[in-house]
Amino acid sequence: MMEKMIFGRFIPGDSLVHRLDPRAKLLFVFLFIAIVFVANNALTYLLLLVFTLLVVFLSKIRLYFLINGLKPVFILLIFTFLLHIFFTKEGDVLFQFGFIEVYEEGLRQGIFISIRFLVLVFITSILTLTTSPISITDGIEVLLGPFKRVKLPVHELALMMSISLRFIPTLMDETGKILKAQMARGSDIGSGPIKERIKAVVPLLIPLFVSAFKRAEDLATAMEVRGYRGGEGRTRYRQLDWRLIDSLSLLLLAGFTAALWYFRT
Amino acid sequence: MDILLQEVGYSYAENTPFEKRALHHVNIHIPSGSYTAIIGHTGSGKSTVLQHLNALLKPTEGSVVIGDRKVEAGVKAKNLRDIRRQVGIVFQFPEQQLFEETVLKDIMFGPMNYGVPEEEAKRRAVELAAQLGLPPEALEKSPFDLSGGQMRRVAIAGVLAMEPEVLVLDEPTAGLDPKGRREIMDLFHQLHVQKGLTTVLVTHSMEDAARFADQIAIMHNGKCVVSGEPRDIFANEEQLMDYRLEPPRTVKLQRMLEAKLGIELDGISLTEEALAKNIALALAKGRETE
Repeated sequence: MMEKMIFGRFIPGDSLVHRLDPRAKLLFVFLFIAIVFVANNALTYLLLLVFTLLVVFLSKIRLYFLINGLKPVFILLIFTFLLHIFFTKEGDVLFQFGFIEVYEEGLRQGIFISIRFLVLVFITSILTLTTSPISITDGIEVLLGPFKRVKLPVHELALMMSISLRFIPTLMDETGKILKAQMARGSDIGSGPIKERIKAVVPLLIPLFVSAFKRAEDLATAMEVRGYRGGEGRTRYRQLDWRLIDSLSLLLLAGFTAALWYFRT
Repeated sequence: MDILLQEVGYSYAENTPFEKRALHHVNIHIPSGSYTAIIGHTGSGKSTVLQHLNALLKPTEGSVVIGDRKVEAGVKAKNLRDIRRQVGIVFQFPEQQLFEETVLKDIMFGPMNYGVPEEEAKRRAVELAAQLGLPPEALEKSPFDLSGGQMRRVAIAGVLAMEPEVLVLDEPTAGLDPKGRREIMDLFHQLHVQKGLTTVLVTHSMEDAARFADQIAIMHNGKCVVSGEPRDIFANEEQLMDYRLEPPRTVKLQRMLEAKLGIELDGISLTEEALAKNIALALAKGRETE
């Protein structure tokens, strides 16, 4: 069940996208999120879709795996699509069953919004799938660097982020273990009436919290023992390395934006 | 209750890039009333096998027969709760599963889930707590106020309280002090004999496997490579080395004695008692010949 989820997961690899500097990738994604809103007609949305598929292709992540892993997102997608179909009442009526009327504009909007959504989810997933959590936090720390002047605790934020990312798989494993132990004692979250299922969450959550707090305490001790004193004067083991390819990737995005702008109406 | 694993294969995260093959064509037969030890190096698939014994994992190949139920790859299985009542598992570090307000309630959790009346569940809890050496006043305490060893005992009581017919133990004494280890292992053995349980012990301790088991299965790289009686398995040291295992300490001591004194003792000594007896016999024989 949880094994198939791919949110926030990282798949090590050696593709072009994997090797990009995390700063380049982060900038790319943030800019892309803004650029998605430039598209406003069939051609530009098609371009968005093609561009996204190109990025997926370059990342060498199997499209099937990506789609399979994002299944929960598709439910949301279908829901928004249906909302648009049923509630936009502009343009000509395309067809009609009973009291349900589908308008041309509704279908158009539905498709466009779905593409927009899909493209955003794909690109952000590609970011986390091809960048290790540590690199992402390194990238964010550098990109947020300028905000240190306004007393933003950038290093602490980055540390918090990397610790929480680091412990997601650990907690997932632990959840699985405790779930199994309680299932062996006859408690079952997967079946029965809703009321029973909610009750079955307690035996799962309490041990999980207990162990999370214990882990946090142990980690704090371990960090202190190893002389951690915050970001002041701390040198880096992993050096970020901005290369030509990183600049090129942003240039490509700029070119793509120009194309979108040209074709939009 | 007989348990039979037939050509069982299992992959974690099947059909994703994280797919990891854990078991290949595993065949193990656990006869009713036997004490089976599953031994093997870390990562050999012991714990994965164990989770098949009460259908917490479903094989991705082959089938598992548990009593009169069959769990088969690719076939949807219903009502697994019944299997789980009959096959109790004590997981590694079971104290992590404690959650209730009091020790008593935590021990009662399992039986109550399976519809045992409150009075009966309470009776079992009190009895088991005493058997496991928990002080009576601990029953009303929060399990989180107990020491690690006591928490372990509470968790074990919680599984025993369901009165399973098959008891599956995954390293039940890991991290306990030597005296506690011995007490708990002896208790499991006592229950095994008294209640006629079928016991499956997954362990790193060759000493425990040698002392208690009447059948041993060795796991190596996701396969069940050897199974047989302890005396045959531990007599074959070369085979053990192949699977990165060692014979129990008593056997090692016996071999050293034999090498030093140039004699050969009778059979192999699986327990300290057996070794002492063997040495005494050899000494007596030595005196006679003088």
